[in-house]
Parts: sequence; C-alpha cells; structure tokens
Amino acid sequence: MYVAVKGGERAIENAHRLLANARRGDQSVAEVSLDQISEQLGLAVDRVMSEGSLYDRELAALAIKQARGDLIEAIFLVRAFRATLPRFGASEPVDTGAMRVQRRVSSTFKDIPGGQILGPTFDYTHRLLDPSLAQGFVPEAPAVGEASTAPTPRVTDILGRDGLIETSPQAEDGASVGDLTREPLNFPADRDLRLQNLARGDEGFLLAMGYSTQRGYGRNHPFAGEIRFGEVEVEFAAEDVGFAVPLGSIELTECQMVNQFKGSATEAPCFTRGYGLAFGQSERKTMSMALVDRALRARELGEEVGAPAQDEEFVLSHSDNVQATGFVEHLKLPHYVDFQSELGLLRKLRKEFAEASAEANAPDAMKEAAE
Amino acid sequence: MTQHNTQQAQRQAAMAVLAHAEAGEIAARLRTIPLPGHQDLRAPENGLVMLRGRVGGDGAPFNLGEATVSRAAVRLAGGEVGFGYTLGRDGEKARLIALCDALVQSRDFAAAVERDVIAPLREQLMVRRKQAAEETAATKVDFYTMVRGEG
Repeated sequence: MYVAVKGGERAIENAHRLLANARRGDQSVAEVSLDQISEQLGLAVDRVMSEGSLYDRELAALAIKQARGDLIEAIFLVRAFRATLPRFGASEPVDTGAMRVQRRVSSTFKDIPGGQILGPTFDYTHRLLDPSLAQGFVPEAPAVGEASTAPTPRVTDILGRDGLIETSPQAEDGASVGDLTREPLNFPADRDLRLQNLARGDEGFLLAMGYSTQRGYGRNHPFAGEIRFGEVEVEFAAEDVGFAVPLGSIELTECQMVNQFKGSATEAPCFTRGYGLAFGQSERKTMSMALVDRALRARELGEEVGAPAQDEEFVLSHSDNVQATGFVEHLKLPHYVDFQSELGLLRKLRKEFAEASAEANAPDAMKEAAE
Repeated sequence: MTQHNTQQAQRQAAMAVLAHAEAGEIAARLRTIPLPGHQDLRAPENGLVMLRGRVGGDGAPFNLGEATVSRAAVRLAGGEVGFGYTLGRDGEKARLIALCDALVQSRDFAAAVERDVIAPLREQLMVRRKQAAEETAATKVDFYTMVRGEG
C-alpha cells in the first residue's frame, strides 16, 4: 500500500526552478524555438504526436521543449493536455488510397501503378556522420520531375482484385467503433481496439515485439507489401453544419504487411495481412505495428498461440509508455511507510532465525564443553 | 433540392481551400471586399476530433488518435449563418472560415468571396501542391531485378 507523505514544498519549488535553468542550459547559447523543433526535429514531433495520440505539431514541439527532449515525458505532457479539451466528435475515416503520396515503396512488386517513390528517406544513406551539418548547412534545392496525375492504388487493393489476399474485415451495420480512451480495455479485444492501442503504443516496445516474430517467436513470414507516407484530407460530419466539413489535411504513414498464406478445405489459399497506421512520417513504428497486428491475429487465423507477440493481453497491457513509465517511475517516490513495515517484518524473521540457529547449535556447544 | 446540393458542394469546396490557408492570408483577402455587418454566433472554441482510419486502409473503422480542432459560427446581418472548422487551435482562423462560409451562402457576396478570397487561395494551394508533387516525382525509382548467374 502506498501511503502519502507531506512536506518538502520549498525543496520541490527550488528543484523545479533548478529544472527550468537546466532546461534552458547555457544562456549564452540561443534558445530553441518551437518552429525550429517542428521544422528541424520533425520526426521527434511525429513520434510525440503518434504516441501522445494528439495531432498538433505546435503542441508536440512545445512538449519536446518542456521535456528537454525526453520524448516519453513529452508524450505524457501531450496526453495530459488532451484531457483538458472537449471532444467535438469523430472524423470520417480517412482514405489512405487518396493520399498525396510523398513516399511509397513496395518490397513485393517493382512495377506498381503510380510507381515506387523514395521521397525523403534515410534508406540508402551510408550512415556516416556528416560534419558539414554541424553549422551553416544550406541544402541544394530539391530536384524536380514531372508530376504524375496517375492514381496510386494501395498494393493490397491490386492483390485483392485477384483474390490473392484476404479482404479487410468490414464493419457490421450499426457497429460502434471501440475507444480505449473512453472504456477500459477488456480481453479478448477486437481488432479496432487492438489497432488503437498499437497506434498509441511505444515504438521501441512494438519494434522489439515485431522483431521477435521475425526471429521465430511467432513467425508470420512478412513482406512489406507497401509503405506510404503523405497527406490525407480529414472530414468531420458536424451536426450543426449538416454535412461533412473539410478540416484540412494531416500527414500519415501506412504499412501494409503481406504475410504467410492460409487456406482450408473450403477456402482457396491466400495471403494474410497486418496493418500499421500512424501520424507523421513514422515508418519503423508502422512496420512494427503491422507485424504485431498480424501476430495478434494468430487466434483468429487458427494458428498456434505461444509467442509473446501473439499474446494479446501481454502486448496490449504493456505497449503504452505513459502507463509503463508511470508504474516504473513511481518506485522513486517516497515509500517510507511501506518500507518500514517490510523492514519490521524482516527484522522479526531475522530474530526468529537467529534464535532458531542458537537453539540448534546449543547441543553442539554442550558437547564441545563435555569433551 | 438540387440548388441545395449545389450550394452545399460550393460551401464544402470553399472550406476545403480555406482549411489549408493561414488566418492572416484569409484576413488579407477579405479586406479587399466590403463586408456586410456580421456577428459571432458562436465565439471560437477549441476542442478535439477523434481521427479514424480503416483496418487495412479499406475495412472497418478504428480510432487512430485525436487532433485539435477550432470552430466558430458567424451570422451576417442578412441572416446567413456560416460555420468554420479547422485543424489546430487558431480560433481566429475558424472565425474567418465561418465568415467566408456565410458569405458563400449570401446572394450579394457569394461571387465576390469566390473571386477575391477563395479562388486566389485555391490557386496558391494548387501551386504549393504542384511544387511538392514535382519534388516527389524526382525521387521515383525503377528497381531492376538482377538476373543470377550472368555477367
């Protein structure tokens, strides 16, 4: 049991003043602006938006600045902020097929309609530190090509036309969409809740879980069918307006994992799939999410369930880094009363042990004395 | 009914442009037309909209995460009520979009707001998108499959 403590107000106040100074660092060095964070540390902002589960670049940048670059702390701040605002409703589901793609690659087909587009990527860089970036670097203007107006259908849609891949599960009429910010998660959880959980989940945790499936703990033979990143339009059916109102666009990354096939006496074999979707340019996150989404479908697909990544309760209960850090880090708060009771119990046990030992040794002592 | 649908399509098209513009850009354009009297019907308010995706991109919906949204409503002296919704927390932008939405519905101002506000902002948006599309197109790649055992 945790028993609260009082006191230390002055020390806490002074500690926070010291934190403010540590956050600012050497004041002869220019202060970093929110625009600088948003523009130049954009992928950190994307991660904080995804796992903070709030799309707002400026707030995410502020959170990163306030948290001194500690992204989990920043995610925590964003989650807390979100709780202060009313919810107007839910958007129409976004159409990733209509995305204005800035990047789109497939590891399964080299000739996809609309083409393979590398976009701004670390792929194929040499991972050598670049000293020219240390100061005053001005990049060459981007090359330009002829923009195509050809549609860029999802690779899974192309495979789907021939029935080579399972179709996405459709919503039943009138089915509500599960929301784990409103209702506590129960097991077994439906796919909508699993995906919501994974979309907010810690990238590192999902990366490790996804990796474990590749190493044989719940192997599901994945191919990156398609990864796409770009802008999608958001619409909101506002009751007062009476139609779907365009709200603007957001950046999303989507990963369609194409996995080992299944079939039965009654169904022709076809590829199965795992799905990843996240705010911003979050490739590692969406790839890991898709691997884990597929692993969590083991039960549904009649596969043997035994590996950690296939264990729904294990994965979904430990994916949230705000919950995880809250429980791990609470250990550093004062537990004096707890510990005193443990200490009291331990002293009692040690005393009993000493007394028992003394008694057990007593006959020997007498024997020694007799000799 | 058809007229209603046409006006709805016009309002949606206007909103789709305005949501991508900055508040300052909309305000600057609006200054070029003589505005009728108007008042806030609902002062700008910030809130959240839960953004939804679909399983596999085309399946059942799921909740992806929320976004900040600002909204407002404006009424013209002539009675037209306009609504403004936009991603982000810029209440002034929501108010300006609401004002434009009311003007789009007004017989006297619809043409002017389309010509002097929405059309130029749409043009600007298209230029920006074309630039981005051209930069993206330059990174289009052809992968060649190497044939084993040759060369």
